[in-house]
Amino acid sequence: MTRPTPDSAVDSPATRPGPAAVTRKRSPARAGGLRTPSRVGWLFVAPALIVYAVFVLRPIVLTVQYSLYRWDGIGPSTWAGLGNYVKVFTDPDLFASILNAVKLIAFFSVIPVVLGLAIASTIRRIAASRLALVARTVLFLPQVIPLVAAGIAWSWLLSSTGLVNQLLGYVGLDGVARAWLGDFSTALPAVGVIGAWVLLGLCTILLLSGMSKIDPSLYEAARMDGANSLREFISITVPSLRQEIGVCVTVTVIAALASFDIVYVSTQGGPGNATMVPGLEIYYLAFSERQVGMASALAVVLMLLVILVALPIQWLTKDRS
Amino acid sequence: MSRRTRWNGAALAVVMGGTLAAGCGAPGGDAPQPEATGASLAAAPTCGTAPVTLNAYIETGFPLPKELSTEFSKQYPNVKWNIREDQFAVITQNAPRVLADDPPDLMRLPQVSELVKNNLLKNLDGYAKAFGWDSWPASQLEQMRLAPGGKTRGEGSLYAMGLNFSMTGVFYNKKLADKIGMSSPPTTLAELDDAMAKAKSAGITPIAQFNGGATGGLAFPLQDLMASYGPSGPINDWIYQKPGATIDTPSNVQATQHLEKWIKAGYFWKDINAVDYATMMSRFIKGEGLFSFNGDWESGNLDKQMAGNVGFFLMPPVQQGGKQAAMSAPLTYGISSRAKNADCAAFFLNWVATDPKAREIGVKIGGSHPMGPADAPMPEVAEGTVTASTLDAGAKIAQDNGSMDFIANATGAIYAKSWTPQLQKLVAGQQTPEELLKSVQSDYTSQVGGS
Repeated sequence: MTRPTPDSAVDSPATRPGPAAVTRKRSPARAGGLRTPSRVGWLFVAPALIVYAVFVLRPIVLTVQYSLYRWDGIGPSTWAGLGNYVKVFTDPDLFASILNAVKLIAFFSVIPVVLGLAIASTIRRIAASRLALVARTVLFLPQVIPLVAAGIAWSWLLSSTGLVNQLLGYVGLDGVARAWLGDFSTALPAVGVIGAWVLLGLCTILLLSGMSKIDPSLYEAARMDGANSLREFISITVPSLRQEIGVCVTVTVIAALASFDIVYVSTQGGPGNATMVPGLEIYYLAFSERQVGMASALAVVLMLLVILVALPIQWLTKDRS
Repeated sequence: MSRRTRWNGAALAVVMGGTLAAGCGAPGGDAPQPEATGASLAAAPTCGTAPVTLNAYIETGFPLPKELSTEFSKQYPNVKWNIREDQFAVITQNAPRVLADDPPDLMRLPQVSELVKNNLLKNLDGYAKAFGWDSWPASQLEQMRLAPGGKTRGEGSLYAMGLNFSMTGVFYNKKLADKIGMSSPPTTLAELDDAMAKAKSAGITPIAQFNGGATGGLAFPLQDLMASYGPSGPINDWIYQKPGATIDTPSNVQATQHLEKWIKAGYFWKDINAVDYATMMSRFIKGEGLFSFNGDWESGNLDKQMAGNVGFFLMPPVQQGGKQAAMSAPLTYGISSRAKNADCAAFFLNWVATDPKAREIGVKIGGSHPMGPADAPMPEVAEGTVTASTLDAGAKIAQDNGSMDFIANATGAIYAKSWTPQLQKLVAGQQTPEELLKSVQSDYTSQVGGS
């Protein structure tokens, strides 16, 4: 998983002026000395375009192509048509991995966004104090730590002798203690908690920066009308943050559906297949089972699923004013 | 839309189309063509006297290959090494592509069937004849032989060589054994059960084993139990993908039921599904378990960390005096079919098995039995060490013809995708022994038939 950053999410190609727009704007400036400004424009765009074509578009096209074959990655391939896609939806193991990814959305999206809203509005109230600075830093820290390191640290915390079980022991809950990542019923939620921890900081910071843009006079007016802080939160803060919430939900839903590294480091898909997610399944299919065609088909399905989920979110949270 | 923007659109299409054009045609045209057979050689090859650099791709974390390469360069100063190291899991995933694109002269190999099928490995028959490897005990090379097309293992041409061969069995903690009054290793399965029951009631975890992540360590005791209950031959046939072979046999069901009995009796750690190999080793060394099903690659390590406090025995048979079997596998190295210095690499492999100094390194550093002729001199090993007992065990297995490959090696995916999740479910009580074997067998059939 390439970690989604606030930049990449906000600065999507759609919001950026494309090369054609640049061209139109500049063409009246012919007298500027450059005979063909549009071509110069293309020159500027070319490096990025070529990199994008070679490292993003080409792999996507190749993946779609591979998904139509049975291929071990080396030897000759045979045409399979849509057979691989049929298997993705009929093989219970493969389909279960997609369901697991959907379940992870609750942890990767819902918790970070809801909790992030609460934390961000709390931090905003104490914005001037040193505590706010500390809280911001601590919350954002997981974004700076490599996911692999986070996964390893969490697998220690959640192990049968780890800190989580020790704390449970201190408060007399020995009965609940278990190897959280090795238990069929708790492994997926445990992985989800790790994801929530990683993504909470990202959402909090995004929402916090959105809050700083809200006109303080709105709050003042509301207070004069006798609104309490909950009312302020619901009627002013949340509606004003529509776009930021949209970005948070999009980024975290994609992180849930395309999750790989946290799962790979903490459980490798086990126990049984309790935490198997499509990202990991693709990797196993391609590199250990050497079914490049199947892996590609699952990858295409995953890509479409991400688009299918992300587009309505974008549409719902679009600023219509 | 102006003419220019239309032109721009066309240019864009050309640029994009150009970069995408490589995607045309069915994938997989660059695989090497099949080699007729191993070319016969007039004389045994050598590394010559001219400077030569051997490219090797080895497994990181094990000092043996590096020690051997250093000693080899000492004896043959014209040979230099260019060594690349990776973890075994990485080598497994990279093997086909590395062998095809960046062919090493010598490479640590995972399961070889698929590599042979794609003509990526050099046929070593010619070297075997020239160096006389075919007069060694046949069981040493059996696992690295493949029938034409790479389908069935255990027969046909030789495609890899071992630096040594490992032996598996049961390690035990001598102090804990004293506590429960176990003065000598158990000689029957019933005695082993008895010792485990005594340990359990004394508050000692009977078995230190791992079963977490993508590597189900319960496959070790399971296969040992299979070999106790039934003959080892059919298990090997299954691993070698012989036509009609099945793992779902009555004696294997008994073995799996026995394993389930151990699980239900609480003989393993409660969190075994979250315990990986490294955690198991550190717990066993700390004395948190009486027995541990493992292999002699840990002998040297255990002799150091638990000096005098650790013993080893082969899995006991059901009947007193019955035949014994063990997973025993060569530490496989192969030569790429596109290697530049294949002759020198083969000479090195022969040297590892026959040179006295190399054999000594193989035992002292690797902890396992060297390859080579049955009557080759064995290096001295200190009495009473685990290394000594694992080497003795090797002799017993050779006598009983009980050497087996590992059930995890039957196909490239069977361990991570079948044995591991199924054994984890068995621990959690979500799978029955009968269904476990049925499920693994059905995965196996689709993988063997489907590829």
